[in-house]
Amino acid sequence: MAATFKGGFHVHDHKDLTNTKRTKTLPDCDVHIYPLRQHIGAPLSPLVKPGDHVDVGQKIADSDQFVSAPVHSSVSGTVTKIEPYYHDSGTMTEAIFVENDKKYTVAQTVRPRDYKKLLDKDLLSAVREAGIVGMGGAGFPTHVKLSPKTKVDYVILNCAECEPYITADHRAMLEEPDKMIIGLKIAMRILDLTDGHIGVELNKPDAIAALKSSPEYNEHIHIVPLKVKYPQGAEKQLIKAVTGRRVKAGALPADAGAVVINGSTAVAIAKAVEDGMPLIERNLTVSGDAVKEPSNFHVRTGVPISFVIENAGGFIAKPEKVISGGPMMGIAQYNTDYPVVKTTSSVLALLHAPKIFDPDAPCIRCGKCVQHCPMQLMPFKLRQASVKNDVDMAMKYNATECIECGLCSYICPANKNILQYIRMIKPEVLKKQREGAK
Amino acid sequence: MENHYIVSSSPHIHTGVTTRRIMLDVIIALLPAVIVGGFLFGYYATIVIGASVASAVIAEWAFEKITKRPNTAGDLSAVVTGLLLALNMPPQIPIWMVCVGSGFAIVIAKQLFGGLGKNFVNPALAARCFMLIAWTGAMTTFREPLVDAVASATPLAIMKDGAAGTLPSLLQCFVGVKAGTIGEVSAIAILIGFAYLLVRRVITPTIPVIYVLSFAVLTFFFGKQAMDVNYLLYQILTGGLLLGAVFMATDYTTTPTTPLGAVIFAAGCGILTFLIRRFGGYPEGVSFSILLMNVAAPLIERYTIPKSFGNKGGAASK
Repeated sequence: MAATFKGGFHVHDHKDLTNTKRTKTLPDCDVHIYPLRQHIGAPLSPLVKPGDHVDVGQKIADSDQFVSAPVHSSVSGTVTKIEPYYHDSGTMTEAIFVENDKKYTVAQTVRPRDYKKLLDKDLLSAVREAGIVGMGGAGFPTHVKLSPKTKVDYVILNCAECEPYITADHRAMLEEPDKMIIGLKIAMRILDLTDGHIGVELNKPDAIAALKSSPEYNEHIHIVPLKVKYPQGAEKQLIKAVTGRRVKAGALPADAGAVVINGSTAVAIAKAVEDGMPLIERNLTVSGDAVKEPSNFHVRTGVPISFVIENAGGFIAKPEKVISGGPMMGIAQYNTDYPVVKTTSSVLALLHAPKIFDPDAPCIRCGKCVQHCPMQLMPFKLRQASVKNDVDMAMKYNATECIECGLCSYICPANKNILQYIRMIKPEVLKKQREGAK
Repeated sequence: MENHYIVSSSPHIHTGVTTRRIMLDVIIALLPAVIVGGFLFGYYATIVIGASVASAVIAEWAFEKITKRPNTAGDLSAVVTGLLLALNMPPQIPIWMVCVGSGFAIVIAKQLFGGLGKNFVNPALAARCFMLIAWTGAMTTFREPLVDAVASATPLAIMKDGAAGTLPSLLQCFVGVKAGTIGEVSAIAILIGFAYLLVRRVITPTIPVIYVLSFAVLTFFFGKQAMDVNYLLYQILTGGLLLGAVFMATDYTTTPTTPLGAVIFAAGCGILTFLIRRFGGYPEGVSFSILLMNVAAPLIERYTIPKSFGNKGGAASK
């Protein structure tokens, strides 16, 4: 029996477009753009100025705050300018432009180390210095996750990859299983745990086999097969499936004694500690029916997404929608100029954007949103609350617990785009809760 | 800025299953019952079905035309209502009564409360009960299938009041060769529709299974012929129980959306059906049971709000 959680729905995954394709390396790109915002936390200040020479792995922006993660150059070359530029969040953010000299000279600071000989606190600072953030999409600084206030009992690698289309983690498990397990072992050391878990959806049996045949695999690494169901990779749902524990409303995973790290992030941890190389590269899936050759790429950060798409053969025809991330939780883009950042797991181009909002169709109370909500909420009631702007009602139906997985909108036969309504009322509820707490 | 793509809030994909598609699935699921009914009761039954569907659609269109609302006949919900009502009719019902009933279902039970998704009782059932009261004679006169104009009591009436007539065999009941309404007679046709609805995920088995199960348990232990499996099977296979449990009690709008609510709702239907059939004046009780539970649905829903993932107390605990 595969582990799972209550609710959810099997979303058609389209992973066959790319899951058997080996990860390719991109050709040289002339200019790399590094937004200063690639994480959740304190904003960064640039450490370089136009005209400066930078090397591969050199830190170019940092903050003295704990909850932040520095940014490094992924190429060697010259800083040309620092100015606001497109960001996949849809806003313009300050970015450092580096002209690639294509020599890829590695910075002095990048030195290989043996993680087994390093002290725990050095391991943690190595993770911080490498600028590692959650690469599944959220971008929460990993060293913060690895410094829980109280001792945790579980560290779980999230290799569910439940978003449709994306195969970046899947390929990482197949191609770099050793690094991934080393990353997990480093996390286990930092958290002072003897055992670690890896949650993988059952639709990736080859990945499970690859992990199990790695020389790094041993009896302390537990691979947990997960039921193929969206959103299996959502943090709280994954913890429930693997440990049986429930993260209470408003609590952090660490409060339930668990730390969850994305699989690709574990690979980045291993590279940061063993090779001394900061997070400057990631796996990225280019997919969707508008892409000529859907592919997986090793991408150096800072590459414009248009360059990545060109190397996947470009578009067959003009897509209606381009999405950064998965189709369920990703962000729709109005152009393809935005650069790849640490959290860019995929870019999707869809020829047809299906209708998910119909103002005229009434809710028929089918209850599908209630039946499938992974948080056991009543999404259609939350939508009603939002339409009426009734904050108390939204509070009563636990609006703030919504993890915004999008299943309610995906499944709604009346195309009510329920999630968007919940997003509209959520800040109001949070405000009221804060006021109530005072 | 030569490239512009559509920007919207996530998610960016959809199942493709719309209200219209669901209604179409219900229509497809009802087809076996329609075909068997038409075969057993002849061309007149087919006319009843056609008239009921046509008047439902026309009523919907006309009401929206008069009240200057957007035309929703395209969502096919009026077709479903018309079909369900027709399947609840005795085969020789006068056509004009069917038309009035169908119009009642759409205008009074559905549109006056705000249309699709807003009605508080199942429109087809409300219309049926209205007709039962208005034209009791016509609505309770049944005839034998496959032969012309031989009046006959329904098996339930025979079992209840000892009405004249011989009980058909259980096999006949299962296939549908017995007196009854156009759509209720054939258990097998209804079960095929049930299977289709389950496969298409239009409904979950909860309500039909719990409804029939709770009714069966009560009937088996406390029925007129308690501990009699044969009697129990007759009670399940005859009358509107299966049609009601599969197609009426599962109506989205008038049933609780919460998982626990659905269980309570279905059990309530089963208990009420048993009480009416066992102690009430009518041999049949399915329509009234479901209607009564429809009315209770909002209340049930309110007290069965699921406990959210991270909130043990749940929203309803205050």
